[in-house]
Amino acid sequence: METLELNRTHLDHLEAQSVHILREAYREFKSLVMLWSIGKDSTVLLWLARKAFFGHVPLPLLHIDTGFKVPEMITYRDSLTREFHLNMVVGQNAKALLAKETFPDGKLNRIQCCKSLKSEALKHTLSGEWPRLRFDHKLGRYVQDENPEAYTGVIVGVRADEEGSRSKERYFSPRDVESEWDVSDQPPELWNQYKTDFAPGTHVRIHPLLDWTEVDIWEYIERESIPMISLYFDQGTGKRYRSLGCFPCTKPVDSTSKNVQEIIQELKSGKFSSIAERSGRDQDKEDGGGLETLRRDGYM
Amino acid sequence: MLKQIDPDTSLEQMNIVVVGHVDHGKSTLIGRLMADTNSLPTGKLEQVKATCERNAKPFEYAFLLDALKDEQAQGITIDTARCFFNSAKRRYVIIDAPGHIEFLKNMITGAARAEAAFIVIDAAEGIQENSKRHGYMVSMLGISQVCVLVNKMDLKQYDEQTFNSIRAEYTEFLTRLNVYPTSFIPISAKEGINVTSLSSAMPWYQGLTVLGQMDAFNKIDARSNVAFRFPVQDIYKFTEEGDDRRIFAGTVETGRINVGDDVIFLPSAKRSTVKSIENFNAPVSHSALDGQATGFTLTTQVYIRPGEMMAKTSESQPCSGTRFRVNLFWLGRASMIQGKKYKLKLGSARTTATLVHVINVLDASDLTSEQNKQQVDRNEVAECILETSKPVAFDVVGDNPFTGRFVIIDNYDIAGAGIILEQIVGEESTLKIHVQKREIEWQRSDITQQQRIAAYGHDSKFVVFAGNEDDSTKEALAAGLELRLLSRGFKVYFLPTANLIKGLDVDLAHQTEIKEEQIRRLGELARILTDSGQIFITSISNVDGYDLRTLELLNKPNEIVVVNVGENRFDDYAVSLSLNVSDDIEEGITKVCDLLKEKKVIFDYSI
Repeated sequence: METLELNRTHLDHLEAQSVHILREAYREFKSLVMLWSIGKDSTVLLWLARKAFFGHVPLPLLHIDTGFKVPEMITYRDSLTREFHLNMVVGQNAKALLAKETFPDGKLNRIQCCKSLKSEALKHTLSGEWPRLRFDHKLGRYVQDENPEAYTGVIVGVRADEEGSRSKERYFSPRDVESEWDVSDQPPELWNQYKTDFAPGTHVRIHPLLDWTEVDIWEYIERESIPMISLYFDQGTGKRYRSLGCFPCTKPVDSTSKNVQEIIQELKSGKFSSIAERSGRDQDKEDGGGLETLRRDGYM
Repeated sequence: MLKQIDPDTSLEQMNIVVVGHVDHGKSTLIGRLMADTNSLPTGKLEQVKATCERNAKPFEYAFLLDALKDEQAQGITIDTARCFFNSAKRRYVIIDAPGHIEFLKNMITGAARAEAAFIVIDAAEGIQENSKRHGYMVSMLGISQVCVLVNKMDLKQYDEQTFNSIRAEYTEFLTRLNVYPTSFIPISAKEGINVTSLSSAMPWYQGLTVLGQMDAFNKIDARSNVAFRFPVQDIYKFTEEGDDRRIFAGTVETGRINVGDDVIFLPSAKRSTVKSIENFNAPVSHSALDGQATGFTLTTQVYIRPGEMMAKTSESQPCSGTRFRVNLFWLGRASMIQGKKYKLKLGSARTTATLVHVINVLDASDLTSEQNKQQVDRNEVAECILETSKPVAFDVVGDNPFTGRFVIIDNYDIAGAGIILEQIVGEESTLKIHVQKREIEWQRSDITQQQRIAAYGHDSKFVVFAGNEDDSTKEALAAGLELRLLSRGFKVYFLPTANLIKGLDVDLAHQTEIKEEQIRRLGELARILTDSGQIFITSISNVDGYDLRTLELLNKPNEIVVVNVGENRFDDYAVSLSLNVSDDIEEGITKVCDLLKEKKVIFDYSI
């Protein structure tokens, strides 16, 4: 019995805190959704939901498909959807894609493109104004979702250590009617009590991973043997993705890490220990406060 | 190379908050700590120094922190509110709490995460308003390890007398708060004196350095040596893939429990035994410890709602009540006022609370108190009496600080937080006083109840179909009873609760805690309709014995008949009749009619 106490690690604390937050969200928000970007953080979040709900995932997952995601991401998404019996919902800015109003089509710069294909798509999918596709497990394909109800609680896998603007987040962070975030006037959080009450028309973003670092994420993936998309690993080309996004704006990094242990090693003592995680993301560099600007407008 | 994020997870982690009056040197101290422990990115110190030189500005260590904050916007991993660094012993998260009163809620958010606190006091300026207010907040937040840093000793020529007099004065202040600092350290953050190494500038001081004190703080195990407390966050039954577990989920607040332990849930006082400890993708476990987010199955079916507290029958048990004396601080823009209904969150419990009485409002900076205030204004601390509309389980803060604290929601935000000092028993509840007062002031009709009985041929009654499953059976029974009584010429009315939600209660639709107010309105409505001589029927779900007692009280002096439908889970309320879901509806209605006859609501000859 004593070993139980000795074995409690940093990861155990993080896990317990995230699970507590997920259960709190599930209890308090009638219309709750979890964003799943297919990346490592939100996949850890998905795993933590299975922890919180004892193997089940009793809430919908939402993926915003920009149409420019690396194709493996979509394959991986749908295979995990089947395996975990996920209630998978997909939204996108179909209009912009049809009109080719995008950065890859040369009509927008990177920031504008992110705003249109991600922020706008997310905002209108959350509100229910734009169509949602839901995976039908019987038919084995996506069908139009009948539920137009706005999601009032949105679980997001952001971490405080990722980037400046994210370190200012709360675990439960309100967004107003326009999905805007008032960084300077955030509600207090203490004693495991969070903002779970919200005015009509507003919603709350919930951040169970706020205290996790990139290394925590990988160490947890290793400990729990969480299935990860192969793009994170070198497949023999000497390159791998450190952060996943759209293929026109996300470049793989030079690395020969072939598995989780090698990634952890590389992050701890190798060349990545002093290089920011999102360094392969071009939209962050476009203007000074790129991501904070996007986030105030509702980017995740 | 960013050593401050060196992710050595084998080291234990400790969160430390740095608080104090504005400009007393918090940022300088943190900058100095980072620099002197080589926790800064390579070249950062030189770069900031060079920038200062170019701008003909004297270098300050506080600039380092600002420079690190600026860098964040460009994607390097340093936190505005949180800086990370490692000593040989631990990995530290240093929380930089704002010293400005306007940011008190941010200071509280930061400090609430801390295990230890440094309070920084300027040796030249001495103890200021926020030195004291922050000291008070640290004590209320339950941070037991506090070290006071008397900074800017260089401005006072490292004078021992200055240090001693601040120490004496501030010790006296903290003692009144029951805060006993582990140490006072005279420092100069700017000159790096006594930060990471002792200096000859103050040969009279031979205690710990700031860094030494950090490593000397203990990982306090305050949660494991107290009685087991498990606020039930939720009760899950996910039936997908044949899962039939009914799991009581939550986070163990304090103590430990083993499979086979007998448990009690409060406030309902229901009992059972732990059958299993449930976790996903983890080895089977026979015990659960404080801090674990876990789940239990029980050997017997126990019907409770989230918000109850599970405790072990073999240990001291939490209090359960509706009235307590508290200390609270108020952060809301609108003052906390008497009579208004607030939401209170304590552990996993949520209920409505009112401010009954303000004992005194304390000026947190000089601990003087004002006796005759009726309200609590922003940034004030008050000792007062709160009353909840339903009982909650808690401990007084002296017994268990983790289950003796609560927050108050006003206008959708956490607007206040407090600790429970004492349970108050034996006083009449506000509701009871309300009903007594209402009945004294009730304007009575010239028509007596006897006249109505004579005219209608029956007495009035409030008939409630309750039970926690199968709404359709309850509604069918209620509607059938209405029809049968009406067909015999009785004055009867069935109100489905859905009509209340769409009408009288429509303003409650956006509130999360609507149940208690709905119950109150239904009870008041029943008082009116029974007064009119009618038989008033309704059917409600998800109520407990306490809700039924509230309805009974509100309907007084008239009477209530509660018919349970389905498995009777009201073990703390004696229902008048219990019907099975499988029973024939018409037979059920006959049983209710028989009961009404027995209670002399309706009379034999008229059926």
